[in-house]
Amino acid sequence: MREISTTIIIEKVKEMCISANRNLGKDVIDKIEQSLREEKSLIGKDILEKLLENANIAKEKQMPICQDTGMAVFFVEVGQNLVISGGSLTDAINEGVRQGYKEGYLRKSIVGDPILRENTNDNTPAIIHYDLVEGDKLRMLFAPKGFGSENMSRVAMLKPSDGIEGIKDFVIDTVKKAGPNPCPPIVVGVGVGGTMEKACLLAKKALMRNIGIYNKKSHISGLEKELLKEINKLGIGPQGLGGNTTALDVNIEVFPTHIAGLPVAVNLNCHVARHMNIEI
Amino acid sequence: MSEIKIETPLNLDKIKDLKAGDRVYLTGTIYTARDAAHERLVNQIENKENVPFKIQNATIYYVGPCPAKPGEVIGSAGPTTSYRMDKYTPLLLDKGLKGMIGKGLRNEKVIDSMIENKAIYFAAIGGAGALISSCIKESRIIAYPELGAEAIRELYVENFPLIVAIDSKGNNLYNR
Repeated sequence: MREISTTIIIEKVKEMCISANRNLGKDVIDKIEQSLREEKSLIGKDILEKLLENANIAKEKQMPICQDTGMAVFFVEVGQNLVISGGSLTDAINEGVRQGYKEGYLRKSIVGDPILRENTNDNTPAIIHYDLVEGDKLRMLFAPKGFGSENMSRVAMLKPSDGIEGIKDFVIDTVKKAGPNPCPPIVVGVGVGGTMEKACLLAKKALMRNIGIYNKKSHISGLEKELLKEINKLGIGPQGLGGNTTALDVNIEVFPTHIAGLPVAVNLNCHVARHMNIEI
Repeated sequence: MSEIKIETPLNLDKIKDLKAGDRVYLTGTIYTARDAAHERLVNQIENKENVPFKIQNATIYYVGPCPAKPGEVIGSAGPTTSYRMDKYTPLLLDKGLKGMIGKGLRNEKVIDSMIENKAIYFAAIGGAGALISSCIKESRIIAYPELGAEAIRELYVENFPLIVAIDSKGNNLYNR
């Protein structure tokens, strides 16, 4: 049995909240630079240049890339031979979020009740998804998720007969309907299979993957590439003002499903596609 | 693409020739308001109470900024998605609101009211909050401090880079 103290977890979560919100990942920056070279619209080029300038300012001044520093979403893999000492893991993650959002001057965007809507003032609670895995490590994937793009996300319970064409149509229709609202160029996370909630979780998890990394299954990676091409033909462009850079990437995750169903979830992310992971 | 400098407060003369697609650098006083502040503003107007700033010829920026670091004016402060304010916007336009700054689509009721009231809607670059914050020279909470990021702030901006998304004649850049 290996032991990790909640003190360490709080510290790591705090650092991750601050760093992910200030330092745009190299995968995203590289892809925006590539898109800038390939973008045909003048206004689109201008916007992509400003996005790179913005990421630079954020890094240099160590301030948030975007004012929507998001709802804190975690996928946590807990090794079953691991003992957490000093309190509950959930409390430790929330404490890390609380400290990170305060000390990092990040925006507190969470209301404690969806109807009464009073701000919790510390950006908690986080959304935490746990997986119990083999081993004695603690692995955390973190994404501060903005809601401009979250609000444009959708789920559909397709029929098996809808097949791959049904999946493509639904993904493209979701991107079209979203238009300028999710801050394109976007990252498109797609979850296919499982049950309704599993498809949504897969779509969210797909957003945790680096841009340019494809699904290991060749029939899925083929679909990712095809969808990216189709989406970039829609003409939505940077900020929805026209151009051929509508999406930076399409990431698809799949899971076994029922003989009667084909759940598909599409979770959109803006160009500030923040995600980090650590292993303790 | 032409680049135009304009100053607030806006009026018909300043905006009537601006066209969807024009690039504008805005200087002057503007007011922040997003979801919760809009609900309160509209409730106050409907109850015939005083509102925290003069709506006539004002410009509202849909933003909930990050807290300012010590020594800074404001934190990151990019636009939020505008359609969530659509429900409240026609009443504000009827009260004389001249300019709106946000990002994304507006509904037909808003666009009709913009044409009727001769108002303009600008898009700022969503997700460029760090860049935009450098154009904000002064920031002061003037109402609803308990709303935190959603409080109404009076901002003084210099050369805030914007694109005319919907002009006063209803031409819509998102519909090209």
